[in-house]
Amino acid sequence: MIEVSISKKLDDGAGNLNLCLAFTVNEGELLAVHGPSGAGKTSLIRMIAGLLQPDDGKITVAGQSWFHKEERINLKPQQRDIGVVFQDYALFPNMTVSENISYALGKDHSRDIVDEMLDFMELTNHRDKKPDLLSGGQKQRAALARSIVRKPKILLLDEPTSALDTALRFRMQDYIANIHTQFGLTTILVSHDMLEVARLASRVLVIEQGEVKASGLPKDVLPIKMLSEMIGRIS
Amino acid sequence: MNSQVCRNGPAACSSQPLSDESDRASAAASTKGKVMTIDVEPFTLTFRLAVLSTVILFIISLPLSYWLAYSNARYKFIIEALVSLPLILPPSVLGFYLLLAFSPQMFFGGLLERYFDLRLVFTFPGLVIASVLYSLPFMVQPFQSGFKMIPTSLAETSYTLGKSKFETLYRVLLPNMHAALITGSILAFAHTIGEFGVVLMIGGSIPGETRVVSIALYDEVQAMNYQHANMYAAILLIVSFVVLLSVYIINQRVTRNVFRT
Repeated sequence: MIEVSISKKLDDGAGNLNLCLAFTVNEGELLAVHGPSGAGKTSLIRMIAGLLQPDDGKITVAGQSWFHKEERINLKPQQRDIGVVFQDYALFPNMTVSENISYALGKDHSRDIVDEMLDFMELTNHRDKKPDLLSGGQKQRAALARSIVRKPKILLLDEPTSALDTALRFRMQDYIANIHTQFGLTTILVSHDMLEVARLASRVLVIEQGEVKASGLPKDVLPIKMLSEMIGRIS
Repeated sequence: MNSQVCRNGPAACSSQPLSDESDRASAAASTKGKVMTIDVEPFTLTFRLAVLSTVILFIISLPLSYWLAYSNARYKFIIEALVSLPLILPPSVLGFYLLLAFSPQMFFGGLLERYFDLRLVFTFPGLVIASVLYSLPFMVQPFQSGFKMIPTSLAETSYTLGKSKFETLYRVLLPNMHAALITGSILAFAHTIGEFGVVLMIGGSIPGETRVVSIALYDEVQAMNYQHANMYAAILLIVSFVVLLSVYIINQRVTRNVFRT
């Protein structure tokens, strides 16, 4: 169980945004954080990851405080046991695909898991390629493999498919769904793509102007009728 | 250790039998004394100074440029301005204040002499310190740009994978900015080779101790030995050109391979 109750004043360039969010994520759940650009979705991910410090509040994961303003607890990203996939892939250009994945592992981890992960992500044929030589989808799969190879407590996905075209986006969503089923990782997915949220999420948190506007099952929160029309148009 | 690379001019180096004319030219050169004798020592001294300064600068510049690139300190701009000062300051100004500071009559110089038996005025160690200060921006600025060019998400990803800042630095950041590291090092090396004003102020022209190539060139011009001066100048010109050429070749290679993520 993840409990988040935080506030943060952000300067988003077009003025100040007061981010004030409180929600919980159940173990093994895939929670989608949905909302328009500039709503504070990425900042939320960064605060959970420890890359941005909230002004106030607390973040508790499985009973352990990751951030608690009053108790002056603020774990470093290195101490948080997370996997993050950024929008820009963030693969290390100096390493091959397999080196990118094994970088995540400590010395005491078995290296076989790298081969398993490459196989699972259908990247075995590309294991010795540098990121520059990969397609967008392959890069994103490599980034996803690297983020889950340590079996983190939480997987944080920040717009993981936004840089891909529609066909690749659908394939990537399948990979995310498979990972979630196979590894049972508690996942927080940030996305502005309603269709993606509807396909993947077990629960949705709609954020607007830094506040939670709605929370619930995709069918209850998202305009399903409009989505059905969209899906109809695509198929 | 004064070795001569070419005595008596090109005529003496020729394998052809000497004609009367070349005999005369050779004789004329000999009568002018050591007109075409060039001392190698300023070159070895300059090279030693440049290598030592570059190594020390590298050690100082890495943490300094890392801090300048990533720190959110409010007064960072003061340090940035101080580091960049040698870019616009006349070298004689820096040399003058270093001369004052290192002078045994002044507090700092006196302290060094009294407690460490170290004199920095008109000595090689003093020259090294002056060179490091004088060439600092030439290494720090390319390094700083190198750090800033790397997307922040790379370091952040490394942290989320449990890696420390130090491990992230040497396994992720440095390998992805090697062009900036090479450029900064070459520029600082080249800039040290071309030093004149600072060396003149703080080192003078002591053979084997502070008489670097640019000073040797100046001395030859003062003595009206223009042929010697020309040799020093031509070699400096060629070295400088080759150095800059290598910087641009490296930069061209890097712009082709920038992060295409």
